[in-house]
Amino acid sequence: MSEEMELAFGPRHPALHGLLRLRLRVDDERIVECRPVIGHLHRGLEKLFESQLFAAGVAAAGHLDYLGSAGALAYAGAVERLLRIAPPPRARLLRVLLAELGRVSSHLHAVGSHASDLGFAAPLAAALRERERIVRLLRRAPELVPGGFAAEPPAGWLERCRELAEALPRGLEEIDGLLTGNRLWKKRTAGLGVLAPELAVDLGVTGPALRACGLPRDLRRDLPYEAYGELDFEVAVGENGDAYDRCRVRIEEMRQSARIVLQALDRLPEEPAPPPPARSSLPGGEVYHGVEGPRGETGVYLVGDGTSRPYRCHARTPSFAHLQALPEICRGEPVADLLALIGTLDIALEEVDR
Amino acid sequence: MVDASEREAAGVWDGIWEQARRLGLRPTLLELGSCALDGGPARDPRHDLARFGPEVFRVAPRRGDLLIVAGPVPEKMAPFLRRLWDELPEPKWAMALDAGAVLPRTYAIRREIGDVLPVAVRVPGWPPSPDELYRGFQELETKIGPGAPG
Amino acid sequence: MSEPEVPLDEALRADFGEAIESSRVSGGILTVRARRDAIAGICAALKERHGFTFLVDLCAVDFPGRERRFEVVYHLCAPGAPGAPAMGLRVRLKATVGEGTPLPSVTGVWRAARAPEREVWDLFGISFEGHPDLSRLLLPDGFEGHPLRRDFPLEGLPDEEGTGD
Repeated sequence: MSEEMELAFGPRHPALHGLLRLRLRVDDERIVECRPVIGHLHRGLEKLFESQLFAAGVAAAGHLDYLGSAGALAYAGAVERLLRIAPPPRARLLRVLLAELGRVSSHLHAVGSHASDLGFAAPLAAALRERERIVRLLRRAPELVPGGFAAEPPAGWLERCRELAEALPRGLEEIDGLLTGNRLWKKRTAGLGVLAPELAVDLGVTGPALRACGLPRDLRRDLPYEAYGELDFEVAVGENGDAYDRCRVRIEEMRQSARIVLQALDRLPEEPAPPPPARSSLPGGEVYHGVEGPRGETGVYLVGDGTSRPYRCHARTPSFAHLQALPEICRGEPVADLLALIGTLDIALEEVDR
Repeated sequence: MVDASEREAAGVWDGIWEQARRLGLRPTLLELGSCALDGGPARDPRHDLARFGPEVFRVAPRRGDLLIVAGPVPEKMAPFLRRLWDELPEPKWAMALDAGAVLPRTYAIRREIGDVLPVAVRVPGWPPSPDELYRGFQELETKIGPGAPG
Repeated sequence: MSEPEVPLDEALRADFGEAIESSRVSGGILTVRARRDAIAGICAALKERHGFTFLVDLCAVDFPGRERRFEVVYHLCAPGAPGAPAMGLRVRLKATVGEGTPLPSVTGVWRAARAPEREVWDLFGISFEGHPDLSRLLLPDGFEGHPLRRDFPLEGLPDEEGTGD
C-alpha cells in the first residue's frame, strides 16, 4: 500500500549545503515530487549594483561565487567590454590563475562534501586538506578591478601558486583512487541522478553537469576570454550524465586546472602591470559577458547609461538553472539519496538567490 | 611550511572554535553567505548536527549552546532563524557576525538581527579579525558569568 | 540546423515580417527587437529552425520614462553540432511591454525559462501568459511591490506599524 506524504526539508538542515527548502512528496521511500523553495539568501544584489559606482560592482559580484571568482570575473569582463578596454597580458594571465585556483577550490569542496554525503569520509578529508592551501592563497590574491588588478600579487604568491599546481596532481590521485577507483563508490553513484543531454540543454544546464552528459561545451574553449585562447588544455567530458561521471569530470577538470596554472605562470610577462586608470563612468550600451565558472556559465548582462552607476546589472548563474534539474533527477529516487542528488549538481545558494 | 601571512589568512572558524571550546560552548553556525567563514563547517560537516529539530546531544556541553549568525539576515530567512533559536535549549546565547559594513541595507536584508532574536554579542568585520573575535568572546564570557545560565 | 547563407535577421524577417521591429549588432551580438505577441513563435522558430536550443538567460530592464517601460531580454545560444562553427553562436532577443501587459511565456520552448520568468514576475511584476506557476520566487510570499523596478527604493518601502513575526 502506498502512501504519499509531504515532507518539508530545510531551509537549514545540518547536512544541506546552504539554505534550501524543499517540499517533497514521498510515496513510501520514493520521491514523487520535489519542489525547491528559494530566496532565503536573497540579498538584493542586483539592485545594489545599480546604486553603487560601477567599479564597486566587482566586489559585490564576489558575493555570488566568493572563492570561484566567477561572478567577479564576469562582471569585470562585462565592464571592460562596455568600456572597450582590455587588461594587459599579465593581468589576463593572473586572472586565469585566479579562475583556475577558484575552480579547484570549488570542485574539491563539491567532490568532498558529495562523497561525505554518501558516507565516504576519507575523500572529504583529503579534499579539505588540499583545499585549505588553495583557500589561504586565494585570500591573499590581488584585488580584481576593471582593467586588471589593483596591485601586484604579494611577494611569494606566484611561487606558492606554482608549488600548489605542482603538488595538486598527487593529491588528486589520492582522491581519484578513493572515488573513481573504488568499486563501492562506482556502485553507489553510477546511474544515480542521470541527466539526459537533451534535457540538460533544455533546462539550461552548463558546466561539469552538462559535460558529464557527453557534451563538450566549455566557454574557455568555445568563446575564449582572458588568456584562455593561448592556453592548452583538455575539456573533460563524461558519457552517462550520472553522479559518477559528474564527479569524474570535476576531478579531471582539476587536473587540467593544474596544467593551465603552470602554463599561465610560465607565460607570465616579467614586467609588473601598472594598475589601470580609473574610469568615472560607463558608456551607454549593453553587453553580456559569460565565463566558465566552476559550476558552469556565469554571465553578467550589463546596461550602461553614461553615468557612474550601472543602469542594470543582471547575473546569470549556473546554480539558478541547475536547481531546475533537481526535481527531474529526484523523481522516483529514494529519499535517502536526496542529499547525494543535491550534492552531485553542486548548487550554491548564494548564486541562486543573489 | 605555512608562513605567518598564511596563518593570518586562515579561516575565522578556527578562532571561533577555539574560543568557544575555551568557554565550554558548542557553537552552531548559521552561515548567511559563504565567504567569511569558509573552510570551517566544511572541515567538520557534522559537528553541529541535529541542532535543528528533534535533537540528541552526543556530548553534553559543559555550559550551553552558542548560535553564531554569520552575515546579514535576509527577510525570508528571518522566521527560520527565529525557529532555530527557539529550538535551542537553554542556556543559550547568540553571537552576530555583523556584515553590515560590507553589504548595505537593501529591501531584502533590512532585518536588524536584534529584532529576530536576543543578541548577546556582536562581532564586527567581514571576516572578523582575530582581535575582534577574541574581544567578542571575552564579552560573551562576562555575559555567561561564573557558571550561571545566561 | 540553420543555413549559413541567409543571415539570421533576414530569415526572421522573412518568416515574421513586421513582428520584427528592429535588428542590429549591440554589445557584439545580433540583437533583435520583436513585437510582444510574436515572441513565443519567434523563440520556437529560433529553436527549431535555427538551432537555438539553449536559453542562456531571461531577464528584464525597467525604463520608466518610456511608453512601454519594460524590456524583457532573452539571451540564446545555438551550440550547433560538435565541431560545427556555430559553436557558441549567440543572439539577443527583446520584447517591450507596458505596465500590466503580459508577455507570452516561452516555457513551452525551453523548460529553462520557468524559473527566470517567475523571477521577472517577482522582481518586476511582468506576467507571462501560459506560465505554470507565477508566484514569488526570491521574495517572501507577503512581500509587497516589485523591487527591481527603478521607482522602488533600494532599502525597501517604509515599514508599516509593527511588522512583528
